[in-house]
Amino acid sequence: MIELLALPYWQETSIKLGLALVVIPTTSLILVYLFLFKMMAFMQSRLGPNETGPYGSLQLIAEAIKFLQKEDINPAQADRRVFRLAPVVVLASTFLLYVVLPAGPDAVVQNLDTGVFYAMAVSSLSVLGILMAGWASANKYALLGGLRAAGQLIAYELPLILAVMGVVIQAETMNLQGIIEAQATGEIFGIGLIGNPFILTQFLAFLIFMIAAQAELTQTPFDMPVAETELVGGYHIEYTGFRFLLFFMAEFGTAFAFAALASVMFLGGWWIPGFDVDSNILNILGPGVMLGKILLVAFFIFWVRFTYPRLREDQLQKFAWKVLIPLALVNIVITGIFKVVF
Amino acid sequence: MTTTSDRDQLAYISSQAADARVNVELNTGDMTLNIGPQHPATHGTLRIACRLDGEQVIMAEPMMGYMHRGYEKLCEVRTYPQCTTLINRIDWLGSFANEVPFILAAERLMEVEAPPRAQWIRTILFELSRIANVALFLGDMGVQLGALTPVFFAFRDREHVLNQIEAITGGRFHPNFDRIGGLKDDIPRGWIEETKSVMVKMRTFCDEMEDLLVGNEIFQARCRGVGVIPADVALNYGMSGANLRASGVDWDLRRDANPGLAWDQIDWRVWTHPDGDSFARYWVRLQETREATYIVDKLLDGIPSGPIMAKVPRIIKVPAGEAYISTENPLGEMGYYIVSKGELGPFRVKIRTPSFNNISVVPWVMKGVYVPDVITILGSLYFILGDIDR
Repeated sequence: MIELLALPYWQETSIKLGLALVVIPTTSLILVYLFLFKMMAFMQSRLGPNETGPYGSLQLIAEAIKFLQKEDINPAQADRRVFRLAPVVVLASTFLLYVVLPAGPDAVVQNLDTGVFYAMAVSSLSVLGILMAGWASANKYALLGGLRAAGQLIAYELPLILAVMGVVIQAETMNLQGIIEAQATGEIFGIGLIGNPFILTQFLAFLIFMIAAQAELTQTPFDMPVAETELVGGYHIEYTGFRFLLFFMAEFGTAFAFAALASVMFLGGWWIPGFDVDSNILNILGPGVMLGKILLVAFFIFWVRFTYPRLREDQLQKFAWKVLIPLALVNIVITGIFKVVF
Repeated sequence: MTTTSDRDQLAYISSQAADARVNVELNTGDMTLNIGPQHPATHGTLRIACRLDGEQVIMAEPMMGYMHRGYEKLCEVRTYPQCTTLINRIDWLGSFANEVPFILAAERLMEVEAPPRAQWIRTILFELSRIANVALFLGDMGVQLGALTPVFFAFRDREHVLNQIEAITGGRFHPNFDRIGGLKDDIPRGWIEETKSVMVKMRTFCDEMEDLLVGNEIFQARCRGVGVIPADVALNYGMSGANLRASGVDWDLRRDANPGLAWDQIDWRVWTHPDGDSFARYWVRLQETREATYIVDKLLDGIPSGPIMAKVPRIIKVPAGEAYISTENPLGEMGYYIVSKGELGPFRVKIRTPSFNNISVVPWVMKGVYVPDVITILGSLYFILGDIDR
């Protein structure tokens, strides 16, 4: 849409920047309110926040104000610069992820040809920030958490990428818009009514992607880097106030982005059956459809999070290297064979 | 019964030697990690000093005493009825069970026996406090392993039991209801039916925990084979209660040394598990909680009529002598050794609490485990800080 208006480069960029600054906090707020506050409370037979605003929806603003008021503490032993920079690096990786997420035929910040590749590369940047935080805090718990996070994210980056490979092979493109188009124009046994969402043909890849994403997001079965009961919060143990809020926002912002990636690659993205892939109306309806699909995927992520206990670090590594990666490779082989044969 | 065989010992030694070689070759140093005094896994102020090599624990040592309140000394300057207020607060989750052995010991010295009705109601309250205590463990073990939801279910359903205790004693946490020679009050009207419906709820809760945790693969992966305590080691360290029964020792003071309460009047069974690992300890406690609900049900059906108080003087003076009575409390064997000189208060009270002995096995069992296992083992040993330090 923005391209259609033919604005000068600087105006276009500032509009996009403004949008990003609004969209990313909003998305993580939606997830926090819907899932962390309300769904978790209902699952645990509690009410959740219900006093501030309708159904407690303004609780988030109260929380944000609380975080802003808190003292910004730097531990005396900490490596000050790195300590301060770490949450920004983590959040930056989240921001960069949003660049390629499409919400409509034209509603995308930057339509990269190597969108999938870019998303995977950028999402692993957050390890750097987490490692920085763990090391610079000068705290043994934080150090253990940071090292765990590094080991875990490296182990799970691989199945994540390999799972996505299946989709890329089937869609014959790395462009996220192209992947949606491929699903929209696809056919199931000659019937093209609902296109061909890749969750049907790439179900194994979808499962691997979701498991690996869970580990990438350090959500519960794989949340050893934060592990409240062992490491008391892991790498963000020493962070207070706004810096902690940055970590928190990054966590949920990334969860939203990964849910969006999953719904783009496996659930058909913003396309609505019965519409042309490039019809202009999808720019209006697409974001709504995307949001619905994202919330559906995020629901599963958080459902697992609130239900399961956490694995041990060595069990997690074994699971990644001995189960997920071989399965992902098998998936690639099968996809390749089918691609050549049919 | 599990015992350490030579083969296990050799495998253990060779694995240690292999680790040592790696350490020498790669020149990895070790670091000291203080788990506690303030740490969520120690639910209180226990400190465990661990020497770590990477994530592996080389040596762990529990350090107690951060919450020492001097109850043994405080008891010496109080009269017998005043002591129960203090004793309530030793194991604060199952407080009524703390009072019973003390009162029984005092009764033995005075050669008074509570009437049957009082004994039955005592037993019922004892088992109710066991349920209230262990139910929280069943949920809390989930939190220790990262599953948030079970503990909320535990708090929700435990509340029903606390309501029943409150209905009869007037206190949710610290009833202070047991008296030398009987009980303070009789049970209120309608209490029996209500308690029975609560017992049904607690059985549902046990089923829920079985679904949520025991049947969960991750829970099993985290608990099975972690922190194995063989029967001989458990006996040597003086462990008691469910921790001992989980190592395969069939030992329950309720059955073996019943000090006069109503347990021998009904049928029930003692649960044991041969494995001795964290999973066995969880499993045994789960079965015991369910068994306790059946015990309460059966006791409620058979409460005899009669008075609830024996004839005791208004001002209680205990004759000179010594007595030790221990009972099977929610956490294990709890005993009071009372020395009396014939005055208003005890001359000396020695309190034997189960958690102190249960936690002393930590240096033995935590060699070579990983940091997450430290939490699993601590959680499954199930201690109450007030019970360790008293």
